[in-house]
Amino acid sequence: MSETYTLYNSTVMEHFMNPRNMGDLKDADGVGEVGAAACGDIMKISIKIKDGRIEDARFKTFGCGSAIASSSMATELIKGRTIDEAMSFSNQEVVDALGGLPPVKIHCSVLAEEALKAALEDYVKRNPSAAAKVATTDSVAA
Amino acid sequence: MRQVFLDHQSATPVLPEVFDAMRPYFTEYFGNASSLHQHGLRVRDALKRARQQMAALIGADSEEEIYFTSDGTESSNLAINGAAYANERKGKHLVISATEHPSVMNSLDFLEKQGWTCTRVGVTPQGMIRLDELEAAITPQTVLVAVHHVNHDIGTIQPMREVGQICTTKNVPLYVDCEASAGWLPIDVKEWGAAMVSFSPHRFYGPKGVGVLYRNRKARIVSMIHGGVQEGGRRAGTENIPAIVGGGVAAEIAQERLTQRVAHVAPLQKRLWEGLKLNVPYIQLNGSEPGPDRIATNLNLSTEFIEGEGQLLLCDMNGIAVASGSSCVSKSLKVSHVLGAIGLDHALAQGNIIMTLGEVNTEADIDYVVETFAKIASKLRGMSPMWDEFEHGVIDSVIAPTGRGKSFSQHAAEVSGKPAH
Repeated sequence: MSETYTLYNSTVMEHFMNPRNMGDLKDADGVGEVGAAACGDIMKISIKIKDGRIEDARFKTFGCGSAIASSSMATELIKGRTIDEAMSFSNQEVVDALGGLPPVKIHCSVLAEEALKAALEDYVKRNPSAAAKVATTDSVAA
Repeated sequence: MRQVFLDHQSATPVLPEVFDAMRPYFTEYFGNASSLHQHGLRVRDALKRARQQMAALIGADSEEEIYFTSDGTESSNLAINGAAYANERKGKHLVISATEHPSVMNSLDFLEKQGWTCTRVGVTPQGMIRLDELEAAITPQTVLVAVHHVNHDIGTIQPMREVGQICTTKNVPLYVDCEASAGWLPIDVKEWGAAMVSFSPHRFYGPKGVGVLYRNRKARIVSMIHGGVQEGGRRAGTENIPAIVGGGVAAEIAQERLTQRVAHVAPLQKRLWEGLKLNVPYIQLNGSEPGPDRIATNLNLSTEFIEGEGQLLLCDMNGIAVASGSSCVSKSLKVSHVLGAIGLDHALAQGNIIMTLGEVNTEADIDYVVETFAKIASKLRGMSPMWDEFEHGVIDSVIAPTGRGKSFSQHAAEVSGKPAH
């Protein structure tokens, strides 16, 4: 075939074929694993925190091309952010950075947001002092 | 890159001799079969010839029992809705198998909303209809039984002779969807005592855009598309003559080459399954083993700990065209209802891939697929938290349980506390 047609746009395909930050973090400070009740996909994000910032992030995903691309992009986006900033992370950022997802696949980006927030909650649980700090921003319970 | 087309259940290339037969009906013989002048009469003749070719493929007595529609879905809709409405006064109950094609399942859903009732007869884990349940499901109000010859997802060949006997004994018309079997398995409508049978030429090297419905003279149906008196008044609308002509030629060739085609694909089916079984750990074949209970073109696989769409995309990027019944592939986010009906664990349904063989495939293709698919499975497992958790004994395998860890479904439920929407 002379031309290649793809199900997703080239950015999504690139992140699916060559995912960034794939794997686990040894001595992670927070790990979040969430599943999508809608489709059965499962996503796990591990984070390393240093001086109140996400120093590193890794993902593992059981799911479709857009779920893998969403977790790859989410881990790219959150590296370097403060815990506060990361707490208000939205799936829309993933969708925008990927140049859009098909409507039926938007929930994959939601899963990435939820996995990240679960990892942050895990970190906060392990570090109550950090919890006290971020609680003032009232975004923990969200 | 090697290109391997393993999705012959969705489409086949039109044979050159079929295409040659079609060509003049686009340009030179463009007449409308309803016209009474030379242009129309010539085309009418071609229509009759195509009906004869279709009738011959399925052992029908006469070409007058053949109706042309636009595709398999329309044929199913006409058979089911047409029979339901035609027999409304006799009763409003229909019986189908639980693994019918969506064109049958959704026709029943529609009829149920209009006041009909329906019984969906269960199948064995191999996808074979439970004959005792079928027999028990038929009531005096039953106006139609619909059982497909071969399942579109898992390739199970249904015991049609027995199904036919039950329907004949109970005196209920039988509609058989032969979309997945026509051209690849012998069909004898009289042996089954079938009232209606449908199939489409694009599954056996004919064009898309034409469907066939065989209707025994005694079977009552009403028209679902209203207009002129084409197709004996049972299907209005201008006939797609080029596709019908091509479909007829494809049917004739399919009949001639059926044995030869099966002799080509059956060893490839075995080679592919044996190769995958040997090279991909934790892989399972859904449906029956290759043999008399499974059509020789189909393999339906579940590869554990990874999801189907990722497998499909990576196959495609490696030149291999396959299908999947996983929820991620479906626009409704639901796994194939066939996989649900055979009781397949959700984890395995998620990792589903369907490979369907055809004339063009070679042994070298199969070896390439086996080698490539093993790499794809291991790449995706490297990314999958489930594989990692299996290796650490957190979750267990469904295919080859180790006795360590919880089930995938239990784990998935635990981490899916919050719905994704």
